[in-house]
Amino acid sequence: MDYNTKFTPHTWPDHPEQATMEGKNKVVGFWIFLACEVVLFASLFATYLALKNKGPAGMEFTTQGLFELPLAFAMTMLLLTSSLTSVYAIYHMRNFNYKGMQTWLAITLLLGLGFLALEIYEFQHYVHLGFTFNQSAFATSFYTLVGTHGFHVSLGLVWITTLLIRNAKRGLNLYNAPKFFVAALYWHFIDVVWVFIFTVVYLMGVIG
Amino acid sequence: MSSHDTPVVAKSQAQFEYDRHHNAVHMRKQVINFAIMIFLTFIAFAVVAAGFSKYFIAPFVLLLAGVQVVLQLYAFMHLEDKKNTLRWCYWILYVDGDFNRIYILLSIFNDYLVVIPKKACSLLDAETCFFRFLNSVKCW
Repeated sequence: MDYNTKFTPHTWPDHPEQATMEGKNKVVGFWIFLACEVVLFASLFATYLALKNKGPAGMEFTTQGLFELPLAFAMTMLLLTSSLTSVYAIYHMRNFNYKGMQTWLAITLLLGLGFLALEIYEFQHYVHLGFTFNQSAFATSFYTLVGTHGFHVSLGLVWITTLLIRNAKRGLNLYNAPKFFVAALYWHFIDVVWVFIFTVVYLMGVIG
Repeated sequence: MSSHDTPVVAKSQAQFEYDRHHNAVHMRKQVINFAIMIFLTFIAFAVVAAGFSKYFIAPFVLLLAGVQVVLQLYAFMHLEDKKNTLRWCYWILYVDGDFNRIYILLSIFNDYLVVIPKKACSLLDAETCFFRFLNSVKCW
């Protein structure tokens, strides 16, 4: 069977993302990649925790003074909801509903963009206060950790957008189903990292 | 198995409707999981906003984060899908000193510990060997 074989809802496999050897290997390889990402973020979290509130003598910036819960809450809601919408996208992919999948991925993109806009606003606000990347060890570790996550969000947005554009007219087949599946996995991973960021950086930052 | 070996099987109408229903039920469970995650997030923020002792808040919010991550991995990242084939599948790889052999030492399948005899292959073919092994036990 060719990757571009045309399917109908009745012939579409239950797990199209793993119906081919390439699809299976892609999913295994992607989990290995995610394991490496865990190591990257673990080291950034460790660095942040070691340097939290550390800087020049008399530094005015602390986690308690800087972080605001309403903004972190709004960002969390956007990203968590985007995780659900990408689940809906995969649900429609498994039902061979390409339009449905495209719609839910587009909603995921919009929510991701909203999250990114809030993060950019937050960083811009801190820089305006004088809390710049070079201001202290604390600032550097904060921007590196949260910024790396933001970079991953940006990458996810570009990835999903590219997938949607490149496959706009192709329809669902065994060639692109694994691609959409691993992109959704990546998006969930971004959400997993954010769960730790809002807990360790923001919530535990506000209590000092 | 290659992509060319994937058979196209047309489902009967009854099977098709059953699968659709099954997917819909699964999706409803996902929405419930999402509601739990939102609830846990709300509790975490509320506990901090309420101003409890930080010695209570820190471990509590970390615990909530842990639960959320398990939910994400299990439900959203499809790890629960594995339970129908293999409930648990761990493996330990050992690369020998010269990096020219990969041994799969042991795995745990369906809660039974299985010791796999040393399965060696050259580094050039290590990836293929690894994936073939995984596929042979229907792990993925």
